Amino acid sequence: MTTAPLLNVEDLTVNFPIPGGWFGRATSHVHAVNKVDLTIRPGESLGIVGESGCGKSTLVQAIIGLVERSSGKVVIDGQDFHEARGRRKREIRQQMQIVFQDPQSSLDPRLPVWRLITEPLHVRGGMSKAALRARAAELAASVGLRPEHLDRRPYEFSGGQRQRIAVARAISTDPDLLILDEPTSALDVSVQAQIINLLLKLQRELGLAYLMISHDVSLVRHFCDRVAVMYLGQIVEAGPAVQVLDSPAHPYTRTLLATVPSLKHPLPELAATRVGELPNNRILPTGCYYRDRCSFAAAGCDRLQPLVEFGDRAGTVSMSPPDKAAWPRSVRCHRAQAGDI
Amino acid sequence: MMSVASSTTQSVAAAAGWKSRLHFFWYLTRRSPLTLVGAVIILMVIVMIVAAPLIAPYNPDKLMLSARLQPPSALHWFGTDEVGRDLFSRIIYGSRASCVAAFMIVLISVSIGVVIGCMSAILGGRIDTAIMRLMDVIMALPALVLAMALAAALGPSLVNSMLAVAMVRIPAYVRLARGQTLSLRERVFVKAARTFGASPLYILRWHVLPNAMSPIIVQATLDLGGIVLIAAALSFIGLGAQPPTSEWGALVSTGRNYILDQWWYCTFPGLAILITAMGCNLLGDGIRDMLDPRLGGR
Repeated sequence: MTTAPLLNVEDLTVNFPIPGGWFGRATSHVHAVNKVDLTIRPGESLGIVGESGCGKSTLVQAIIGLVERSSGKVVIDGQDFHEARGRRKREIRQQMQIVFQDPQSSLDPRLPVWRLITEPLHVRGGMSKAALRARAAELAASVGLRPEHLDRRPYEFSGGQRQRIAVARAISTDPDLLILDEPTSALDVSVQAQIINLLLKLQRELGLAYLMISHDVSLVRHFCDRVAVMYLGQIVEAGPAVQVLDSPAHPYTRTLLATVPSLKHPLPELAATRVGELPNNRILPTGCYYRDRCSFAAAGCDRLQPLVEFGDRAGTVSMSPPDKAAWPRSVRCHRAQAGDI
Repeated sequence: MMSVASSTTQSVAAAAGWKSRLHFFWYLTRRSPLTLVGAVIILMVIVMIVAAPLIAPYNPDKLMLSARLQPPSALHWFGTDEVGRDLFSRIIYGSRASCVAAFMIVLISVSIGVVIGCMSAILGGRIDTAIMRLMDVIMALPALVLAMALAAALGPSLVNSMLAVAMVRIPAYVRLARGQTLSLRERVFVKAARTFGASPLYILRWHVLPNAMSPIIVQATLDLGGIVLIAAALSFIGLGAQPPTSEWGALVSTGRNYILDQWWYCTFPGLAILITAMGCNLLGDGIRDMLDPRLGGR
């Protein structure tokens, strides 16, 4: 059974010009996102992991239109987002909402909570103040805020409550897709679980699809159906979250997972696994982007690596829930595809 | 260090509600009595402007040739001028011309400056550069010289000199508003509003202006004192209010002829100018300290 994709990102590329010449002309570009393809089906969660600077934030900002794309397509529910204009663009836009990392800065300190929650509706217009307030009360209840909170201002709340306000605002337009830009990393550990459970509850109730950025691998494993690993603006590996994170195929994914401190990998070992720095993204490497840092580099790595689907590697994973895990695994490494690393 | 900074941010933020804002002002006023002095002076000036006919004991334009150049007395508190007009009454009425002119100048330059500044920041690119260079040029013009040029071209009047001073003050507000807009535009809540499809005008109305207003209000209050002085200076050199309108600068100017024998003539209008300008500065300083989290933590 295949459902039509909710979000389809094709070949999305974002370059930032670096003004360097005398008259501010761009002399070079930062290649932040390089030809990313993504698909999210209704009700599904996709996690994006990668080290800082790999372009994951830029990718979601380009998807939601905060950053100009250089090329590529973003299609939501069959409608091309960047080609649309005016009212229709706003309608498409309101089918996806974003929850930012830090709720302290993503809420205007001068507006009361009911106004913050209903801002997307207020922007759309056509609702009376009373209607907005009534909608705010509904939304507040669904994220666990009390009615008396509605007239307070953001500074009167704790970080977790502020993030609830941000989540309520994000679901105010009944979107199909929520983009979560590290929604818990600015919060106390004790509060993180509450927000995650709230998001899972909303997903069950509203059938939301999530696109979540995180560098918390265990959170992604718990929260997401699928995961995409980004390196230097490219997706290097993708597949069902449990499979990818339990048996990584791409050498970069292995390094990334090995750097997560755990009982298995205590801190002293970490230094050894971290080989080199992220390469300069102004001049893209030739061939495989990871080649210079890769301990498996061999002949053939100097060719540009395509993202290729590969079969279930023998004995590594059992196929768990069919519909969610049915998404094929793919990797951007010819050696992993051949199964010789 | 961190905790100090964040606690003052909190206390400033706490001033947002009306009740807590009043409370907060009272708390700061107790801490800085000079702000209270400034506020009382400004309040007195406002009462003078509004209730001039009730306060002034005489008609400011009524001649009493039998009582020319009288020294201060119980009958004429500040004495009388060369045609027997009561100076106290003239100073009370003079507050209308002087302070209303200063207030209008600030109002005009703030409103024009904020509009140009926000637009410049939003439009960006070449338009922004052009506007800012134009503002640099205007900033280089001395207010008094421009006022003289305008008076020479259009004839001396209070309105003309007000326009000249307002024009010279515009760049300060353009810069302030532009800077505020540029920094606010990068704030996450503005980005969030953009993802909702909010237009630049919507963002300006609901996010930029409310958050940018406090430094602009501080700057305007601080400017008011200086502009009271400039307005008086313009009338002093004969470019502002024309006789027989009573205006503080003009009073000092006429009084100058009698400075050796009738000291009260230019002393009292001069004091009025001094006290008003000082009141504006004290209040402005106080408001700045209240709204600025970095200075407020003392």
